[in-house]
Amino acid sequence: MTAALATTALTNTVLAVETVVAQNVFFYLIAAVMVIAALRVVTTSNMVHAALYLVVVLAGVAAQFILLGAEFVGITQVLVYIGAVIVLFLFGIMLTRAKVGAEDGLSYDNVVPAILTAVLLFLVMGFAVVDFAKAPWSSDTLLIDALDRAPTTVEQVSDSIFSTYIVAFEAISVLLLAALIGAIVVARKE
Amino acid sequence: MYLIQFLILSSLLFCIGVYGVLARRNAVLVLMSIELILNAVNINLIAFGAFNGAAIPAEVFALFIIAVAAAEVGVGLALVLTIYRNSKNIDLDHVDLLKG
Amino acid sequence: MSTTYLAAEAGDLAVQASGFFLENVWIIPAIMASSFAIILGFGKRMPRGGSEIGIAAVGICFVLALMTAGQWIGQVNEAANCTPETCDYIQDDHSEDTDDRSEDADDHSDEGAFPVDIGVGSADGESASALTAFTEAKEGSTSAAAVAVLSERTWWSNGGIDFTIGTMVDGLTVTLLVVVTLVSMLVHIYSTDYVAGDRRFTHYFGFLSLFTAAMLFFVTSANVLQMIVGWELVGVCSFALIGHWWEEQPNSDAALKAFLTNRVGDIGLLIGMIILFFASNEKWGIIEINAGAIDGTTSHTLLLIASLCLLAAVMSKSGQFFLHTWLPDAMAGPTPVSALIHAATMVVAGVYLIARLYGVFFNGLSIGGSSINALAVIGAVTTLVGASLAFVQDDIKKVLAYSTISQLGYMTLALGVGAWTAAVFHLTTHALFKACLFLGAGSVSHAVHSFDMKKDMGGMRKFMPTTYKTFLIGSIALAGLPPLAGFWSKDEILAGTGGWGFFEGKSHANGAYTIMLVMGMITAAMTAAYMTRVMYLTFFGEFRGGHHDDSHATDDGHADALHDDPHESGPRILWPLRILAGLAVVAGLMNLPKGFLGLPSGWTLRFEHYVEPLAATGYFPKISHADPSWSLAIFSTLVVAGAVGVAYYYYFVRVNAQSPSATELVNGPTERSGLLKAGHTMLKNRYYLDHIYDGGEPVGAAGASAMGTIFGAAAGLTLGFSLDNGLNQDFWPSLVWGALLGLTIFTIVTAALRSGMGIATVVKRPMANAANWVHENIIDAAVDEVGKNSVKTADALYKYIDQGVIDGSVNAAGRGSQGAGGELRRWSTGKVQQYATVMFAGATLLAGLLIIVI
Repeated sequence: MTAALATTALTNTVLAVETVVAQNVFFYLIAAVMVIAALRVVTTSNMVHAALYLVVVLAGVAAQFILLGAEFVGITQVLVYIGAVIVLFLFGIMLTRAKVGAEDGLSYDNVVPAILTAVLLFLVMGFAVVDFAKAPWSSDTLLIDALDRAPTTVEQVSDSIFSTYIVAFEAISVLLLAALIGAIVVARKE
Repeated sequence: MYLIQFLILSSLLFCIGVYGVLARRNAVLVLMSIELILNAVNINLIAFGAFNGAAIPAEVFALFIIAVAAAEVGVGLALVLTIYRNSKNIDLDHVDLLKG
Repeated sequence: MSTTYLAAEAGDLAVQASGFFLENVWIIPAIMASSFAIILGFGKRMPRGGSEIGIAAVGICFVLALMTAGQWIGQVNEAANCTPETCDYIQDDHSEDTDDRSEDADDHSDEGAFPVDIGVGSADGESASALTAFTEAKEGSTSAAAVAVLSERTWWSNGGIDFTIGTMVDGLTVTLLVVVTLVSMLVHIYSTDYVAGDRRFTHYFGFLSLFTAAMLFFVTSANVLQMIVGWELVGVCSFALIGHWWEEQPNSDAALKAFLTNRVGDIGLLIGMIILFFASNEKWGIIEINAGAIDGTTSHTLLLIASLCLLAAVMSKSGQFFLHTWLPDAMAGPTPVSALIHAATMVVAGVYLIARLYGVFFNGLSIGGSSINALAVIGAVTTLVGASLAFVQDDIKKVLAYSTISQLGYMTLALGVGAWTAAVFHLTTHALFKACLFLGAGSVSHAVHSFDMKKDMGGMRKFMPTTYKTFLIGSIALAGLPPLAGFWSKDEILAGTGGWGFFEGKSHANGAYTIMLVMGMITAAMTAAYMTRVMYLTFFGEFRGGHHDDSHATDDGHADALHDDPHESGPRILWPLRILAGLAVVAGLMNLPKGFLGLPSGWTLRFEHYVEPLAATGYFPKISHADPSWSLAIFSTLVVAGAVGVAYYYYFVRVNAQSPSATELVNGPTERSGLLKAGHTMLKNRYYLDHIYDGGEPVGAAGASAMGTIFGAAAGLTLGFSLDNGLNQDFWPSLVWGALLGLTIFTIVTAALRSGMGIATVVKRPMANAANWVHENIIDAAVDEVGKNSVKTADALYKYIDQGVIDGSVNAAGRGSQGAGGELRRWSTGKVQQYATVMFAGATLLAGLLIIVI
């Protein structure tokens, strides 16, 4: 009897460990891709390439969301960002007569201040994060065990939006309406 | 997976986005960099949510951020278009009316 | 007749009275105050110049006052019929802690415990204690005293002391409420005719309202701070109303004199109140101050000093000798004002003050059981002085003014001998008949446009029958002939002196003030005599008027035509006269003496029953009530009747025989006797008091030293007796102090009279010289030195510091700014991203600092 239980426990643990390993692997892969793509967004001299690299980053972000169990947000990310925002960017690139192919002058000549600022910022944030991870937190407690919890369902999220956060939801709706009208008004041809 | 991984990732993306905002001359590229920043923040938020067990408020908030970002891009691009129409140029170096 | 001795006669039980009107009595002064504001704001636009607002307001207040009185009477009856089942007694905890009240934010009546250690084991069996209920109390019932209703609100709190504003309502308050509103209402109605067409009609009514409000506020005060406020405010209103026709110099002078004389007394008021505050453990409330005085926690010396200081205030406000000089001059104001303020209400403020703080005075001046004290002496002297001066006046209002002084002296005398109810009762009856007399005088003057009896009146009986009748009733009431009101109240005062006991045996009064009895009796005779004189000169004989007299400024708007025949006044003047006369007849029935004509105890002493607080309330001392004495009553009536007879003989017979229009005997007693002539001159000069205060021609050495001796002796004796009696000092130290004071006063008075300068100048001049010397040689010299040194310092300051350091640094700062500006100009390029870079970098640095360093 105990042997059976022990076996089950062992199996579960193994499975658990395996899953964890898989998640980690994917995380690092996707993270690497995202970072490289992001770097390319800010350094490439081809506008369309920049937009496409941005797609990669956004997709990566969606994947991370799904890894974290936030399925609905992940799908929304794909729909909204990749589906709509990138298209908007492409339209913007088109309407502003960007050159097809590489063009000069997309970045400043003197990027040193920007690099310095970004590095400095990263150092500060990094320090904060590392500092956060010290005692009394132990490595175990910082584990996100998404395994133990089921991914959040659409039902849960929608319940929350339409009950607790209904006011914010309405506000966002109004904001979107305002943005819509504003964009039309601003970009109208006279 | 540890929380820290996600935090480091998000900080990295954030800083790359900041670099892009400061270093890019073209207005559209600046807006793209801003998108990078917003997404970094989203990752951070969802990660913390999953870690805390308060995933649902985090997700709701992330959804709102996505919505706001979309709105902002729309308006921003409209502005860029207008500037382009007026000066046939979206080089931010030329938008220097605040020069004193 | 038997008196049921109730357990509560020993004086332990008290219940808190309550009731809507009693708790919300603040409405009454508030209505009058708002009437003042409305009249000032809208009066000129109203069809009757604002008088309708005033009359309406005071009418409402009168009704409210009656209802409050009714409620109080109900409460007293309830308390008197108390049984342990029906009433909730205020527990008597014999602890020393007097601070037992909660100060709530809302107005509601308080239910505190006021520790009372009566220390009287058995009831004073013969005393006419006021615990007789309206019906004979049942055996075994334990009736209680009704405690005043206190409604307060704290408006400021500092250093552990709470400053509250509120009202305290008991029998005394209610009496004054009714009296003030009644007389004010009648005066309002009267004034609509009297000052019709006046140049400042609306203003007059405004001030009448303000005065009534202030008086009502004063009367309902719960603490001495409010009393001070009310006191001052009525003084201000008096000033404004006396000086109503201020265009004529004498009127504004009179107003100033009234105000300033009152100010002198107010010093005493402030000092006295402050002493009481500190002596009673820093309490402002009247109830606490009284309770502290009664149960002995307040030091006796301090009580004595405070009483003497407050006595100074009372002397000025209530026209006691020697601060009475403003009252006759105050007659320069319109007659209704004189009736309201200087007869019925304001001048009784001093009497009210003593009555309210009676615990302080009774214990401070040791009224019980002694035979002389400052209050009684001053009261007695005032009665005599007032009455004597009333004889030589030609102006009818001045006669009435001195008569008022004399009657106020009676009230103070009564308070000084411990006859509290007698004083308050006399206050009430006096208000009624004196107002009647004043308004009658006004009515007469309205017809003849003057106040001078000798020159312009005479035989008015034919022309103004109603005025004559009401004036006659008022005079009889004043003189004190039964059964009118004055008889009852005056007799009670005379009995209360306890002096009659000398003749008859123990009278159960508070002491044996025989001298006061004698002085009071003499004054009663004089009162009757001078009123007879007034009656003759005004209403009998032949009419001497008929020519227009410019010397009296009665500006009533009629065309200055010659009136051949004076006519009776209109209904608005006559009805108040009738009402007041009627009240003067019946008011005496309020306080019939105990056992009068065999009436049951439910019918006698009603006034005392409802008005006098009982010792059980904790804020009123235990006083004895003298037995009424038939022999005294008969004797005093005979004295008064005799005086009337003498005066009647002198005037109606002898003067009339001389000529119907004569006003005095040509070769009368004052001509024939040097002593009488000297006396007459002294009276004419009003005891030289005005000479002393203001200066005049120098007086002869004999006269000056005579006056000096009188005043010096009076002051010295008063101080000596007070110290001796009050503080129980030994005889010799009291004598020494008294002699010192006496000599000082003698010197000052004689010097003042001899030199013709007023007292003020005599005292001021040497002080002024000394002050000048100090100023020139000491102060100025020092100031000059300081001045010279400062010039030198300033020079150095200028050269080195101002020019060198300060200017130098300012210039340097300027140069620095220029340079910095040039540098910074390079930063504003107009490039957004540059700004953004800087912003981000800065934010990062700050964040870094925050996170890493802090």
